[in-house]
Amino acid sequence: MKRKWLTAPYIVWMLLFTIIPLCIVIYFAFTDSITGEFTFSNITGMWDYAPIFLRSIWLSVIATIICLIIGYPVAYTIAQCEPRTQQMLQMLIMLPMCMSFLLRTLAWVALLEDTGIINNLVTALGLTPLPLIRNSGAVILGMVYNYLPYMILPLYTSISKINPRLIEAAEDLGCNKSKVFGKVTLPLSMPGIASGITMVFVPAVSTFYISQKLGSPGTILVGDIIESQFKGAYNPNLGAAMSLILMILIFICIGISNHFTNSDSEEEVMMP
Amino acid sequence: MRNVSKVITVIVFIFLYVPIIILAIASFSSGTDLAVFKEFTLNQYHELFRDTDLLALVRNSAVIAVLSTAIATILGTAAALGMHKMSKKMRNLVMSMTNIPMTNPDIVTGVSLALMFAFTGTMLKLNSILGFWTLLIAHVTFNLPYVILNVMPRLAQMDQNLTDAAMDLGCTPIKAFFKVTIHEIMPGIIAGALMSFTMSLDDFVISYFVTGSGFVTLPVEIYNYTKKPIHPKLYALFTLMFIVILALMIIMNVLQAKADKKKSESHVNQMGGVS
Repeated sequence: MKRKWLTAPYIVWMLLFTIIPLCIVIYFAFTDSITGEFTFSNITGMWDYAPIFLRSIWLSVIATIICLIIGYPVAYTIAQCEPRTQQMLQMLIMLPMCMSFLLRTLAWVALLEDTGIINNLVTALGLTPLPLIRNSGAVILGMVYNYLPYMILPLYTSISKINPRLIEAAEDLGCNKSKVFGKVTLPLSMPGIASGITMVFVPAVSTFYISQKLGSPGTILVGDIIESQFKGAYNPNLGAAMSLILMILIFICIGISNHFTNSDSEEEVMMP
Repeated sequence: MRNVSKVITVIVFIFLYVPIIILAIASFSSGTDLAVFKEFTLNQYHELFRDTDLLALVRNSAVIAVLSTAIATILGTAAALGMHKMSKKMRNLVMSMTNIPMTNPDIVTGVSLALMFAFTGTMLKLNSILGFWTLLIAHVTFNLPYVILNVMPRLAQMDQNLTDAAMDLGCTPIKAFFKVTIHEIMPGIIAGALMSFTMSLDDFVISYFVTGSGFVTLPVEIYNYTKKPIHPKLYALFTLMFIVILALMIIMNVLQAKADKKKSESHVNQMGGVS
């Protein structure tokens, strides 16, 4: 039986709906929006948007680091629980991912607003309201909130796969708790860290809803500009050029992160 | 150290669920402001069930999710079966194609498909081809990698001797495939299908770019709603969906626990274990 041919429909599908669309993005990025002629002006015009690109990367790098720092202890704690509890907790981490992130972000607006839930409490205590919304801090919070489960799940998967005998062995050989963590647990959870970083950073750097709702005009991100090129001020060529640059930047960022986490992409840890 | 981790875990769970609780509480409030609870009422739920437009959107989302999951599961499983038999070089090539939609941000996937559909539309001299079919194609495209990435490891874990044994015992290759291979990789297929379904049901970004005025899904319309002051019946819908998903997850958990118990009782030593 020539089972190889079973892959053919899939390859055709991916060529049609992934490879060709990307080629069309490249085509649009290098053509003029009015005359349709070949041009570099869309790409060179990207320099004007350099601060926005830098801001998007900066904010999402911070959000990714926060997710890693608070996600790791959570994943570790879950992995130490009883198997039944582990399943329950894992389910509770996945549950928010299935709920509309638009409405959940809106709930954060209600929490952080100047007349929102937190500031109502603050004023009730006789203090002056805090500027919680329309700044980069709120955007980072929104990113952390929305993408934290995407960090916890791969971390949990790779931590729970660690053979407990390795930890026992390290303890028998005289490692204390922190040394066991540094020499055994952390290195063995590197694949989880690498895919967690990717799964948080990629959606965070390209988001547009979070910055619209929680940010200000001063915290516009790349995603906002791309969205407006297709849905508002219609200039698909500029939008395509921007998508292309975004793709390349993400490629570079993931390359850097994989370099530090020493993981090759084949062992990527998927969500369980 | 361990206690610090536990405290962080508790805080994170609260952090994840506070917005959901706020929305649930607001669904029982007579006011429209999320931040202020006015009076207790069930009116939002009444209004929700009277709003046929909104219910139609829920149906649209469900239709797209079911169809795209079914297509992606069949295409993806077939692809994984074929890839398993390929040379390493070919497999890596196909795998890197699979990884494109996984590592590309949703917005780029959405934009690239939107541009292609617009391009095809002008070539066919049609005004706009955006609608049900473009939405379905887009959903199948982003669901496919989830199926493949879940089925491939199962195939790799499978003992090749099992199919040989089945054939030695008189099965035709096709019969052996349906009796043994499918059975062995079933958990991967189910996991991939479930993941596709949830991804598809809640997808906003890609749908937003490839949807037309004719056929809209719930998340896209919620986005349009949130530009204006939002109607609180959406909070009621959100709360109901939360309860349904929670119930489904608990049922799945219980079933899984039962299956695990059965497995440990029968002394068949399964390789790899249940992940």
